Amino acid sequence: MSGRTTALRESTLARALALVALAGLVIVIVSGRLSAYDNLELGYGAYYFAALAGLTILIGLSGQVSLGHGALMAVGAYTATLLIANEGWAELPAIVAAVVVTAAVGFPVGAAASRLSGPYLAGATLAFAVGLPALADKFPTLLGGENGLIINPPATPSFLGANFSPERWEAWIACIGALVVLFVLFNLKRSGVGRSMRAVRDDEIAAALCGLPVARTKTLAFVISAGCAGLGGGLLALVLQLAAPGAFEFQLSLDLLTGVVLGGLGSLTGALWGAGLLVLLPGWAGDLGHSLSLSSNVQDNLPLAIYGVVLIVAMLVWPTGIQGAVSRLISLVPTNRRRRG
Amino acid sequence: MKVKVRIGVAAIAAMAVAVGCGSLNLAAASSSVPGVTATSITFGTHQPLTGPAAPGYDEIAPASQAFFDYVNAHGGVYGRKIHLIIKNDEYDPTLTVQVVHQLVLQDNVFGIFEGLGTPTHTKVVGFLNQNKIPDMFVASGCACWDAGLKQPETFGWQPNYIIEGKILGQYIKQHFAGEKVGVIYQDDDFGTGGLTGIKDEVPAASIVSTQPYQSGATSLATQVTAIKSAGAQVVVEFTVPIYTAIAALTSYTLGYSPQLVVSNVGIDPTTVGGLLKSISKGTASGTALINGAITDGYLPSFSNTTNPWIKLFMKIKAKYDASAPFDGNVEYGMANAYTLVQALEAAGKDLTRQGLVDAVNKMGHTFTGPGLVPFRYTTATHGGYGGVQIAKLSNGDINAIGPVLETGPTSTSPIVKYTGKQPAPPANGIPS
Repeated sequence: MSGRTTALRESTLARALALVALAGLVIVIVSGRLSAYDNLELGYGAYYFAALAGLTILIGLSGQVSLGHGALMAVGAYTATLLIANEGWAELPAIVAAVVVTAAVGFPVGAAASRLSGPYLAGATLAFAVGLPALADKFPTLLGGENGLIINPPATPSFLGANFSPERWEAWIACIGALVVLFVLFNLKRSGVGRSMRAVRDDEIAAALCGLPVARTKTLAFVISAGCAGLGGGLLALVLQLAAPGAFEFQLSLDLLTGVVLGGLGSLTGALWGAGLLVLLPGWAGDLGHSLSLSSNVQDNLPLAIYGVVLIVAMLVWPTGIQGAVSRLISLVPTNRRRRG
Repeated sequence: MKVKVRIGVAAIAAMAVAVGCGSLNLAAASSSVPGVTATSITFGTHQPLTGPAAPGYDEIAPASQAFFDYVNAHGGVYGRKIHLIIKNDEYDPTLTVQVVHQLVLQDNVFGIFEGLGTPTHTKVVGFLNQNKIPDMFVASGCACWDAGLKQPETFGWQPNYIIEGKILGQYIKQHFAGEKVGVIYQDDDFGTGGLTGIKDEVPAASIVSTQPYQSGATSLATQVTAIKSAGAQVVVEFTVPIYTAIAALTSYTLGYSPQLVVSNVGIDPTTVGGLLKSISKGTASGTALINGAITDGYLPSFSNTTNPWIKLFMKIKAKYDASAPFDGNVEYGMANAYTLVQALEAAGKDLTRQGLVDAVNKMGHTFTGPGLVPFRYTTATHGGYGGVQIAKLSNGDINAIGPVLETGPTSTSPIVKYTGKQPAPPANGIPS
């Protein structure tokens, strides 16, 4: 009996399912108590989480730094929006298509990137991030230019009742996507593929000598990560009912990287912290900017400055991110227990 | 590993609590009408306080706020003071969606007032109408606000760009007959609306080149070069101020000086002059590069300091918005705020969202104020002013030339002279 329980506890799949089920339950309960606006922020957090989790796996597990994930989110968002608005697709297949298309776009980028490393890889993906959103302006008839493309809000299923707010439904959709990412990546991290990625990250030559296909492993990591970014982008389009180039400027790629690093590199929980920060920090910075009564010229630009200062301070105080700091605090607990046991 | 999972669970719970705490203050709003109490009415607005459209336009909402402060100091409307929550959307549609949801769902505003921009505000019209939130007097002349039956909550205010384009086009047809015309326009409903109006009036054979640009572009070299090589002698611009300035500097470096015809929204001399100076790093000073441009207005020109409305607005600005220059943007913000106060007065003491919309539908066409022409409001027509007066920029001032003209947004509606006189402002400056 106890043997079976241990086996269950050791099983990655069972743990992943339990984690997702628990997180799902928390979301269902919490979203019912939230105001419409907080549900919307929950949705923002969920689409950020999808993209951040993919990026943190790419950087932390396979050791590749991408500055192009904002552009990959754009691919996902535009794919979903075009399919829903022009082709009349339902939300679910459109989101799946967004993941597939973005992963497909990520393939050549990842394949090219697998030949590069360090700053060269960052440079290649940087070019991608800067160049891609300009396509919307290049093909204004199809992609709507700066004006963007709009879709109707996803219809709330009738079985949820008339009082179920559309914002809560959007939050649910985004959270389901985030949970799928959580499930897949939680398993990936602990799978053979995940171990290969770590081996490649730590020493490419040693990994190659062990018979691991280095380039293929790196490309696979990039494609999976791109798929997650595409999902994040598709969910963004559903939550905001809009895909416009302004949302996917280079700043977004930097924000994603910031979120990953601040949250704690390579950790899915860190991606959760990062998502929370990306949603809440601009608002806090804005409020702080407004509470100091300054001239409007200073006040309007202050949130960005505060944001920057917070980043610098956080990196000085917690170089391993929030998750690193939390782990260090919690690592004190098992020591006591071991003594007792 | 187990510890890690547990941290994950703890983090999820912590996030849930953090988000949950933010929601408690909503329940505190007790009034049955959101954003209204016995002593206050709260509106929200989205404005480009930073970003490409910010120069000049960032003065508009503070000027409206100044007018409300003035009204509030004189007792408000039915004893209620008007508050305006200004959110920065950087002229980025995605941010517009986010801040408008925040204003409505979190800040619980009564309505949206003077939301600025065509590419931005079009993204929230659906949300505002679905939730029956009054969307008063959008700060954009898109013809798309004028759909009272489809979007009962949304009201335009300034003349729409088709009307403006038609009247500018007629002027070109009459005064620059036979000359080649080029058009530079922002590639959205703002620019295409203006272009539609121009094409209604200017013979197709005269229009030699039409050049769109994307808001956010950093250069107009391609567009200006194309128009120059097409040999245009008259260049029409449906541009926001920064692109008026960029086009003027590009033309100057190309040694090209056509007759300019610029939409009302893109010509404010203080704004464009300041931009010319800052973009050229001080080389271009003043408004020499745009001097002589033909434009139009639907309010008395801000440089007409003998006009009683301008006197009133200057007095209010000096007291409540002292740091801003007095220019077309400040005048715009005050005049629009004046109209909102009129609408609130008309809606009566028992203010509801539907009541405000009904009041403008029923009484809007009778509102008089600083406008040169009447409003077009009915239940079906939610466009604002129905005409403009041609004006000319000379030495930093805008001077009206020619009669006040009225028309409709369709190509069949004729352009006619409006002969009604502008009423004087009420003695205390507050509509009653």
